[in-house]
Amino acid sequence: MEGDIATLGAGLAGIGTGLAALGVGNVAGNYLAGALRNPSAAASQTATLFIGLAFAEALGIFSFLIALLLMFT
Amino acid sequence: MAGENDIVTEVPSVAESVTEGATTEHLVEGGAYPAEEGGLVFHPLDQFIVRPLFGDGPISWYTPTNVTLWLAIAVLCVAALFIFATRNRSTIPSRSQSIAELLYGFTHKMVEDVAGKEGLRYFPYIMTLFVFILFANFLGLIPMSFSTTSHIAVTAVLGFGVFFGVTILGFILNGPAFLKLFWMSEAPLFLRPIIAVIEVISYFVRPVSHSVRLAGNITAGHAVIKVFAGFAAIAVLSPVSVVAIALIYGLEVLVAGIQAYVFAILTCVYLKDALHPAH
Repeated sequence: MEGDIATLGAGLAGIGTGLAALGVGNVAGNYLAGALRNPSAAASQTATLFIGLAFAEALGIFSFLIALLLMFT
Repeated sequence: MAGENDIVTEVPSVAESVTEGATTEHLVEGGAYPAEEGGLVFHPLDQFIVRPLFGDGPISWYTPTNVTLWLAIAVLCVAALFIFATRNRSTIPSRSQSIAELLYGFTHKMVEDVAGKEGLRYFPYIMTLFVFILFANFLGLIPMSFSTTSHIAVTAVLGFGVFFGVTILGFILNGPAFLKLFWMSEAPLFLRPIIAVIEVISYFVRPVSHSVRLAGNITAGHAVIKVFAGFAAIAVLSPVSVVAIALIYGLEVLVAGIQAYVFAILTCVYLKDALHPAH
């Protein structure tokens, strides 16, 4: 095992990606709940679903980026 | 030359070939880990190192590298698909023609649904972005190939192109009224300046998140495959890791499509803001 405080910070930044997973799951789960209640409206909302997923995921990707920056700069 | 060097004995030569002129975001030293543990003998991010196609010289902006090669291949594939698929058009489409028609119809419907009828004027731009990113993502999934969209340098050009294009378009079409985008007319008056500040910040974060999302997803996915490939060197874990690589590869095929779709649909959303800035 080796590394310095930046490696530790990169590991901590990994928590952020896990939290983004919560957000993505929340978006997809709520979409599924709504789609099961009203299946006829589901197809028209897939674009909204993907926009929501993208926004939720972007913040997790930011922390992944922070981890990369900490490890390789 | 464009492939990745996974073999342990070749890794030191990779480390020498990585010069200081390498301009990637993922500046990895390319050094091999000690192999006595039998585990990870190459770095998972080694696959993203930019190397010159010919020789080992320093990389300038004009040097043909593996990124150049795979970007060119992506462009050629797109051009070949759409030129050859639509050469002998028929009412009953051939296989390649139906692929081209499906892509066209899919993107057309997406632009019309999200950006509205006025957005269809900018359909060629979004179609180009979508098909190019889709092909670059899928070509990156070929074993030993190079995933160009994993580099922020590549995606940032696309992302900032969309950002500047949409901003300039918004000012051309609406004039100063484009700034209404930041002024929520439904919000209570005393909250509006605060919301305006937040809106301005989120507007300028857009190109960053737009490009980092694509690059981050592709980088993370490919790195995960490589991490499991490293576990394959341990005898006990190797069956698990081979199955895991196959499953994650399937996931990555899905991600490659979805990220191209997300990039295109977010372009449509930003375009809609430029066409109708008032909330």
